[in-house]
Amino acid sequence: MAKFGKKKKGMPAVNTAALPDIVFMLLFFFMVTTVMRETELKIQNPKLPSADQVKKLEKKSLVSYIYVGKSKDNTPGDKIQLNDRISNVGDIKSFIYAERAQHSEQEIPLLTTSIKADSKSSVGTITDIKLQLRDVNALKINYSTTKGSAVDNIK
Amino acid sequence: MARRDTPEINAGSMADIAFLLLIFFLVTTTMDTDIGISRKLPEKQDPNVVPPILKEKNVFEVNVNRNDEILVESDTYMQVKDLREAAMKFIDNGGGTTAELQGAGLTACTWCEGDKDPSSSDHPKKAVISLQSDRGTSYAMYVAVQNELVGAYTDLRNKYAKKKFGRSFEDLTGIQQEEISKNIYPQIISEAEPTK
Repeated sequence: MAKFGKKKKGMPAVNTAALPDIVFMLLFFFMVTTVMRETELKIQNPKLPSADQVKKLEKKSLVSYIYVGKSKDNTPGDKIQLNDRISNVGDIKSFIYAERAQHSEQEIPLLTTSIKADSKSSVGTITDIKLQLRDVNALKINYSTTKGSAVDNIK
Repeated sequence: MARRDTPEINAGSMADIAFLLLIFFLVTTTMDTDIGISRKLPEKQDPNVVPPILKEKNVFEVNVNRNDEILVESDTYMQVKDLREAAMKFIDNGGGTTAELQGAGLTACTWCEGDKDPSSSDHPKKAVISLQSDRGTSYAMYVAVQNELVGAYTDLRNKYAKKKFGRSFEDLTGIQQEEISKNIYPQIISEAEPTK
């Protein structure tokens, strides 16, 4: 027993003093990269189509999002979500005006509208949105996609 | 030197606190990769303005119907994968002679590598891709077609950049990029209102 006790004393515990440092490093990484989801989805999470001719949206603050997809209870037809509620096509104009009010005069031409639409939604809905956007002169749009081959969309 | 009696504060639970925060951020984080196809909508036109008349041969018509079938130039059924090549062939045709293009203030396309077919587009600056879809077309198909058409321009610009500057289009300076996208291969994709 005594021998064992002696041996144990000779082996110090692994120094864990650096563990908080490592964890803090990870913590800061996630704190910096984290984006808090601003809006809660009221529609089914849209399954974005894939494409390869994509560009990154640079300034997040200049982007407003329009979600298009099926409603959660699976009623037929595409639903449009602006901010955090399901809306009609006619509400898009006021949505854009509200977005503009949050930005300065110089930033308005740089505002981009990102359309996050489900790959099963119909072009008609998208066109209605685009016509509304054109009416209020919000011309920069971005069809949100995932990176991949466009040919994979059709199957 | 006096020895301090107070022991060091136990920092053992620091890791626990940090872990707690870490897990919180891990859970709330969404690696939102915001990428997509950027397009610019046409400005609203005055209804009195008469649209310019284009020559039939300078328009590459792409029709997508409600069954997601593609019809090109109103006579060929095409698969999405073949669309890019067909569009490139059309844009890069450069069939117009200097005399023909003089009226538009252009000279014959010297960088085009197409067939110089007189029944296809005259000049990349004159070549218009017209996309007509149906309201019932699926969004996936629509994006795929858009992607291929944009891709045709990207490929042509890359080819030109490689030939002239020895680098791909993305690695060029801003001025060189603008030169190509304005004067060499401008992206002219026009979207007609979808059929009901």
